[in-house]
This record gives sequence, C-alpha cells and structure tokens, in this order.
Amino acid sequence: MSLRNRRAALAPALALVVLTAACGESDDAAGGSSPAAETIPVAASDDACDVGTAELEAGTYEFEVTNGGSTTTEFYVYAEGDRVMAEAENIAPEQSRPLLVELPAGEYETACKPGMTGDGIRNPLTVTGDSERLSEDESLAQAGTDYQRYVRSQTAALLEQTTAFTGAVTAGDVERAKALYPVARTYWERIEPVAEIFGDLDPLIDGREGDQEEGQDFTGFHRIEKALWETGDVSGMGPYADKLLTDVQRIVELADGTTLEPLQLANGAKALLDEVATGKITGEEDRYSHTDLWDFAANLEGSQAAVQALRPYLEEADPELVAEIDERFAATETELRQYRAGDGWVLHDQLTQEQLRGLSDSVTALTASVSEVAAVVADR
Amino acid sequence: MSGQEEPTGVSRRRLFGWMGAGTAGVLAAGATGGLIGRATAVETAASSAGPDDAVPFTGAHQAGIVTPAQDRLHFVALDVITDDRDELVELLRTWTDAARRMTAGRDAGPVGAVDGERYAPPDDTGEALGLPASGLTLTIGFGPTLFETVDGGDRFGLAARRPAPLVELPAFAGDQLDPAISGGDLCIQACANDPQVAVHAVRNLVRLGAGVVSVRWSQLGFGRTSSTSTGQATPRNLFGFKDGTNNLKAENEQALDRFVWVADGDSGGDWLAGGSYLVARRIRMLIEPWDTATLDEQHRTIGRTKGTGAPLGQRAEFDPVDVTKQVDGEFAIPETSHVFLAHPSNSGTAILRRGYSFVDGSDGLGRLDAGLFFIAYQRDPATGFVQVQRNLRRDALNEYVRHTSSAVFACPPGVRGDGDWWGRALFTG
Repeated sequence: MSLRNRRAALAPALALVVLTAACGESDDAAGGSSPAAETIPVAASDDACDVGTAELEAGTYEFEVTNGGSTTTEFYVYAEGDRVMAEAENIAPEQSRPLLVELPAGEYETACKPGMTGDGIRNPLTVTGDSERLSEDESLAQAGTDYQRYVRSQTAALLEQTTAFTGAVTAGDVERAKALYPVARTYWERIEPVAEIFGDLDPLIDGREGDQEEGQDFTGFHRIEKALWETGDVSGMGPYADKLLTDVQRIVELADGTTLEPLQLANGAKALLDEVATGKITGEEDRYSHTDLWDFAANLEGSQAAVQALRPYLEEADPELVAEIDERFAATETELRQYRAGDGWVLHDQLTQEQLRGLSDSVTALTASVSEVAAVVADR
Repeated sequence: MSGQEEPTGVSRRRLFGWMGAGTAGVLAAGATGGLIGRATAVETAASSAGPDDAVPFTGAHQAGIVTPAQDRLHFVALDVITDDRDELVELLRTWTDAARRMTAGRDAGPVGAVDGERYAPPDDTGEALGLPASGLTLTIGFGPTLFETVDGGDRFGLAARRPAPLVELPAFAGDQLDPAISGGDLCIQACANDPQVAVHAVRNLVRLGAGVVSVRWSQLGFGRTSSTSTGQATPRNLFGFKDGTNNLKAENEQALDRFVWVADGDSGGDWLAGGSYLVARRIRMLIEPWDTATLDEQHRTIGRTKGTGAPLGQRAEFDPVDVTKQVDGEFAIPETSHVFLAHPSNSGTAILRRGYSFVDGSDGLGRLDAGLFFIAYQRDPATGFVQVQRNLRRDALNEYVRHTSSAVFACPPGVRGDGDWWGRALFTG
C-alpha cells in the first residue's frame, strides 16, 4: 500500500547505464545450435545436483543433464534474483537432456528440481570475463528475448506432454491419461499470456464447458477431462485427442515465433495472477478433475518468469517494488506449498474455505504489487 | 477521461464537499450556545446540513457514532494477515488519509480516479466521481483478536493494552451464530446517504489493505432503524414498527458521557478515552410468520402501537413508557413485550443504537433473508448490550428473530489534527 508514495519519491528517469548479467546477443541461445559449445555434465538425482564445474569463462555452453533419480526433474540456470537464463523441463528418470545457454560474466546458480517443485538443489556458478553494460532501453529490449527463451522451453515440454496425454486417451488408458492431464496443463498454464494472443486457438484448447458459442463444439483439455473424470469412458474421445494435439502443435509454432513487448510481459504477469484468482481458487478451471492447484502453481511460475525477464530493468527503475514482489511471490509459494501431496497437489475439493481464503489473500497481495510493474515499464 | 480537462482540485464534487464542511462550521459556531458542548456541537451542526454535505472527519470522537444516522450502511470486518506491526501501522495511516479525503467528497488517493498514469491502476476506483460527500462517515474499531489471537498469541505487542471490557460477547439463549460472519480483528463502519458512496469507501479501503488485511465478512444495510438525534424522525424497521424512539440522542450529552463514551479512568482509557465499544449483531427477522401475526399480537410483542409508536396505554410516540400502568386490570405493556424488557427502567442501562435494515435476497425456500443489522455503541459492553440482551430472555419478540452473527470492537477516539491517524494512541502510547 505504500507503493504510490514510494514511487512518487523516485527520480522520474534513471539515465544510468547499468551493470547487468544479461547479454545483448543471446537471441537464440536455447533454440539455436552452436556447434562450438563446450559440454558440461550435470548428474541430477533425488538429493544431489552435481554440475561438472563451478567456474566458467563467459561464453556458450551445453549442459547435459542426466536424471539418475527416481522422480521427474528439471534443471535451471538462474541469474541474480532467480531470473531464468535457461531451463530444461520434465526430464524423466534415466533420461538425458541437452541445454544450450549463453552466459555473460556474472554470478549464477544452477538448480535441479526433483519432483519439479520448490527451490531445488542449488549450486553457485561463477562466470568470469567481460561484463556487458546495458542501458535501460537495452535491458528492456532484452526482456522480450529472455522471455521468449522461457516460452520455448515450455512449449517443447507442452508438446511432449500433450503428445503423451493424447496418446494415452487414444489408447483408452484412463489411469495414465488422468495422471498426465495436470502435467501437460502445467506447461500450458505457464505461458498463457502468449497463448491468449492467438485468440481463436486458446478457446479450442482450453475452453470450459459453456464457453462455446451456439453451434460450436466443446473441445480441448476440458472436454477430455470431463470424459475421464465424469464417466471414465474415453471411447469417443479419439477425435478430440487428435484435434487437441493438432491445435497445440499450431499454437506452439506460433508462440515460438512471438516476442512479447515489455508492456505485454508486465500485463501478462498480472493476467496470470488474475487467472489464479478467478479460475483456480474458485475451482472453475478443472471442475471435473479438481486439479486446479497444478494450474495455480503453473500460473504462478509463469507470472514470475515474466516478471524476472523484466528484472534487470526493474531493479534499476524501482528496486523497492522488486523487493516487495519477491517477498510476495515467496509468501504465495509458501502458502501454496502447504498443499503439496507427493509429486502433485491436494485436490481443490478437499480444501477448506479457510485454506482457500489464505491462498486468495496471498494472491491478492501479490497482484497488487505486480499491477505496479506496467507503469514502471511504461515510464521509459 | 473528462477528468483531465478539469482544473486540479475543483471538480464539482470537491466543491460540494467544501461547501458542506464550511456550512457545518458556520452553523456550529452559531448554534453552540450553552446547550451543547464539545464534539456534539459539531456533530449536531452537521445534522443541520443537507444529506449531500460532508460530515467533519476530525473531532474528539469518531464521526459515525452520534452523527445523525445516515440512510445507508456498508459494514466490513477484517482480519489482519500480517504479523508485522509496522505494516499494520502504515496501513492505518494510509487508511486515515484516504478516509479524510473520501469523507470530504474527494477521491481515495491523491491523484484521483482518472488523472493518473496511463499504465498504473488508478488510486481511486471512480464510482463516486461526480457524487457529493453524502454525509459519509468512516468509523474504525479494533476487535479482541487484534490484541490477542484465539490461541493466546500477541502478534503486535498489544496484549497488555487490551481494555478489560474488550472480550467476545457471551453466548445468549437462542443464538444461532455463524462464525464465518462473526468477529474480526478490525471493523470499518461506512455510513452515507448514498449507498454508492458508502460502498465506494469500503471498496477503496479494502483495496489499499491488500497483503495486510483480508475481509472476513461484510454487510450492506439500507434504511436506518434508529434516530440518533432529536432532529430526526423515528424510522421504521422491517417489522413495520418505529424503532429507536427511546434511543440515546446526540443532544443528551450527559447520557452520552455516562453510557457511550469511554472515560479517562476506564480500563484502556489511556488510548480509548473518547472512544466507544461497538456491538454488531445480524438479527434475521422471520418475516413471514410476523406478517401473518394479528395486529394485536404484533402490538403485544413490541409493547407499542404500530401506527403512532406510542407505548401501549399511551397516546403519542414520545409519551413515557409506564410499565406500571394497567388497563382493564392488566398491565398495558405486557411483561414479555420487547419494550417492557428492553426499556432502561427494566434493563437498568442504556445503549446508543445505530442499526440498519438488510435484505440479503431470499433463502432458497422463497422466504426473505432479511432483518436488522443491529449496531450499538456503549461505554462497556458488559453493562451495555450484554445487560440488555440478558434481560430479553423472555422477550416475545424472540419467536420472530434469530441472531446469526456477533462481533464486538473498541472504537478509538476521533482523529484530531492533520498528522493524527486512526489508533495512534494505541500503537504509539
């Protein structure tokens, strides 16, 4: 509530050239192929994350992540303030995954997340060499690129998981399909600000029953969710599974080629929190499976990723706001983590009104802070 | 974006606010005489102002207690969700600033609903743009759980400062309380002559409280059910009867000092003197059984006539309640009637009632979910509401009412000057 007073006290424009860990030339770090990249092995397990080295020269590297643990894991390279430089999603036990990342000089952390949740197992990583100096304009321009890298890591996992999910549906494997449903949706829910740009595809993939216009078929994740949980009969779901996969393929292609503007990132970060408040806390999103907390967690992570992409700029323009946002993301995660159950989450219909109110309060506070980001970005 | 074309600070609405305040000041100066003193002078003067005018926010007592009851209510109870005392204090300061502005008919924030940055959320929500101050009062109260949590925790270092009378109300026979709409760490009573102005005020204060407080429950009310000034006609409640005929009135300063205002020597008087305790009870009226009761039954249940409001056996509304008077060998006012049992001559005390009617839609069985949102102010709940309510055990009216919520709050004294804020003496004393 003190933000306005504080913001008013800030100098209107910070013309400082800032020191940042980001780099202006990493356009295609994750997606492109750089043949000269040195490979660094990462041995991930349930309780360790052994990275081949703790010190590097600035440059482009390929981390080869091998999951020797018993649960699915993720691997991240974080810059200061948990800004994601690169991440590898959804690495099943026994699997390996390469991850290409360009690292300018700076202090980083690597993290493995067995069970795909929490802060993960962290190790410091120091990169030496010349640091790039970016102006505020440059760091804002960099934000879109950074976020695009995040989107691409998510779309790759989305495609993979949707393929597995629809495959299980087509094969009539109800139990497997039920297990995969919230996992596939996680990657979808993390990048919804991008998905929503493609207005006609979003409702086909994620429309809820009753959202359709007259004469329009009810398709997508929730159509199959209804069959899985209401009747357990997916014999008629083949065409819906095929269509879902086709629609996801199309949106992935479109999303991968889209770079969001800084203001879109700011608004997207807030829109994801609104999704939590209006769809997940109410249990409207996954009304048959009640797996709303998977989507909640994913929206929260997606919102944080969008804010983190803007972080180098925000830290110069309004450090107090960044501190408050960090604190409130952490508070919301703490609130949510109480409902962790195994590799997943407690079902929405098992939460009490008091528990839902606790979640709602933390999201309300976080949204109030994140809603201030757009104006800071627009100040440029 | 029409607001951008207006010169800063002189919107029509703001002008209304200033005119209101100015008028009130002039009348106060002229009307004081030897009859009325201190804050009541200001409050009473405000009553001479029109329904659109502003009620002064500052004074010895908070506005909204003896202020002539406005027509509309939005009441909200909140829980504090932070353990950080500084955050709470900062919110109380922020709230005080916003309340100062809104009660004067201005926007909640310094910039306003439509003059802010394009990409920032506005610092006012806008639905009161163009509306006058409408007699808005905002009254804050602190609940027992602010001082000490249910399990004995002292979150804000206030446990030692809790006044002895500030405890949850005891259970009363026939209570059907819903905990979800009872209690609360804080409350804000917003009263205005325009419901949109009251709702606007609560909405903006809640918005400013994100991360610090969480709404526990809230209640809308329409149609004041009590007069708090001799200048007001006695209104009717949803039973169709005049309510509050014998209420304490702003003009009776001695009675207010005795029954409403906490005094210096009272428990907690170091920060609460000049304040008062607020008791809130959502009383559902069983409308349909009442509507099928005979007029005679209704008269005997209340103890007054429905038409004039006169005590049974008397002629006019303000004729004295004579509990000894007999007609045809029977007491004129039945011993189980509401008036007989609640009247100061039998309850031995007096409270200042400030309730509102409510209709929260229907109950799914086709019956109105309606009643009286009862609010009373007193110097000590034990010798105020609790004493009155205990005496109502045999009240014939109980057949037609159900108490569904309960809450008690200590309302600090008024905000004094420009630098003062709600609860300052509690948090800094």
